[in-house]
Amino acid sequence: MNLSAPANSRTPDTLNSHDLNEASDPMTDSVSSDVAPSASAEVAIDPNAPVDLPNRIDVSDLHIYYGAFKAVEGVSMTINPQSITALIGPSGCGKSTFLRSLNRMHEVISGAYVEGKVEINGQNLYGPGIDPVAVRRKIGMVFQRPNPFPTMSIADNVLAGKKLNSKRIPKRDAEDLVEKSLRGANLWNEVKDRLDKPGSSLSGGQQQRLCIARAIAVSPDVLLMDEPCSALDPISTLAIEELMLDLKSDYNIVIVTHNMQQAARVSDRTGFFNIEGTGKPGKLIEMDATEKIFSNPAEQATVDYVTGRFG
Amino acid sequence: MTTLESAPQQQDDSSFGEPVGKVGDKVFHGLSFGAAALILVVLAAVALFLFAEGLPAFTGDTSELDGDGSFLSYVGPLIFGTIYIACIALLLATPVAIAVALYISHYAPRKLAQTLGYFIDLLAAIPSVVYGLWGISVLAPIMSRSVFPWLRDNLGFIPIFGSDVAIAASGRSTFTVGVVLAVMVLPIITAISREVFLQTPRLHEEASLALGSTRWEMIRQAVLPYGRSGVISGAMLGLGRALGETMAVAIILSPAKGYFWDVLTTQNSNSIAANIALQFPESSGLEVNRLIATGLVLFLITFGVNSIARRVANTGFSGADG
Repeated sequence: MNLSAPANSRTPDTLNSHDLNEASDPMTDSVSSDVAPSASAEVAIDPNAPVDLPNRIDVSDLHIYYGAFKAVEGVSMTINPQSITALIGPSGCGKSTFLRSLNRMHEVISGAYVEGKVEINGQNLYGPGIDPVAVRRKIGMVFQRPNPFPTMSIADNVLAGKKLNSKRIPKRDAEDLVEKSLRGANLWNEVKDRLDKPGSSLSGGQQQRLCIARAIAVSPDVLLMDEPCSALDPISTLAIEELMLDLKSDYNIVIVTHNMQQAARVSDRTGFFNIEGTGKPGKLIEMDATEKIFSNPAEQATVDYVTGRFG
Repeated sequence: MTTLESAPQQQDDSSFGEPVGKVGDKVFHGLSFGAAALILVVLAAVALFLFAEGLPAFTGDTSELDGDGSFLSYVGPLIFGTIYIACIALLLATPVAIAVALYISHYAPRKLAQTLGYFIDLLAAIPSVVYGLWGISVLAPIMSRSVFPWLRDNLGFIPIFGSDVAIAASGRSTFTVGVVLAVMVLPIITAISREVFLQTPRLHEEASLALGSTRWEMIRQAVLPYGRSGVISGAMLGLGRALGETMAVAIILSPAKGYFWDVLTTQNSNSIAANIALQFPESSGLEVNRLIATGLVLFLITFGVNSIARRVANTGFSGADG
């Protein structure tokens, strides 16, 4: 099986043009284009090198526990800004847990705690006195299933996070923010005439883009996506993937996906998580440029997984 | 194809044999249908009784009744009292019930939540006559001594607290009854609210938390909108119970004839159910028919409230992904 085939054969041309057109910063340009799915395979610079830009995430020796159960063990990685990082692996390998630990969402389950450090701009998310609520305002999240607030209108959904931060928003500012966020999520043209309709009146793919609009409306530094396309049809998936490529110039995006073609299509770097057996903690097996993971990974487990031999 | 042809004729087809379990099905169907039909029969019988026995109050010789003999002037204050007392109970109970339900569903540690839920349910198990005795011997004195004067002094600007009539020294006023009824309906409203709050999709809660909301903001953004219809129908069920409550009202309230808005005085509109309980032993002839007619009115009010509650519960929440 040709490992790069899925990416090449299934990537529409639009993805490339988007990607190349959007990049502005010379540094980003080289980083994003050399690993863009069907772009040239030549690697101009080392994609694994930490990029010295704001909002880089440095994870060092992170262990995640749910009570006595150790879910994830010893993860260290650098997540570069202005890029998309994909996390892949079989079910239960801890990749979603790890993603959630990046904005402390895993603490929703009582008894959850971590050892180790997650630093963004040199500040440890788990440092003493850090409020998880404040962390989540800076690090947004999009979930597996679209979850707009069903009782709120489309516009109110977009403003939901903003209204938490500031009590009163002038009407004009609110309207501007709604338009800007919905444009940012490629949804504006589809919903501009029905902003007062409930968010649940949209299709699944539109709802997911609404959730992305809601997440970017609070201008987070990082956008975490937990299998954002797993509940969507291929057309909607494509729309979300295009959107991710648009957004990566502004946000540091981390995506968990079960869909290896998706990881190959959109991400710049890929981390492979695996688990030795039930009840054992998940581990980061390998992390590298996406091209490398899918063509010539260093670990045998990664080879087995990306070639579909298990998982 | 022989099986297809012979099956309808119930022939001795070898591959499928005899039809299975027909008798058991028929018996169970008959039993369950009978049980369902019985409900309707009982309901119809009660309605018919109320109607037939209440009718003479309108058609009979009303001169033998006290007052001007008009049914409306008799039942009017009672309807007012019934609804007024029940509404006070509901106004007091609902906020507390929502707070308790939220505490159990979203704040308390699991152990404590379970214990607390158990005790709340236990409140519902106390007989209403016990509530009545407690109300008149414990609560009423406390009310007249400290709560009533405080209400009049501090909330006197609200018309129902600030009348010129003296505070009931016995404490046997509408407000005391309202408090006791509030305690009685609290378990129903709490239990239903707690259930709907617990059913809030995790997805909605996480959506809110991921935007950086605190627990309370998450509750306002995700839990309360989702549970709104459940809380309303719980409150309606509580209202249904408060409307029909007899013993606690009959024991505690010191009733008078007429419409009384003041809730702290000795002059209080009685409720229909308590009025029937108090008057029935001393009534005869047409007076009995009149009491039964007021019972019919109560039946209709409760019926209306319950059907509204049901409608709210059914049409309540219809969002994406439940």
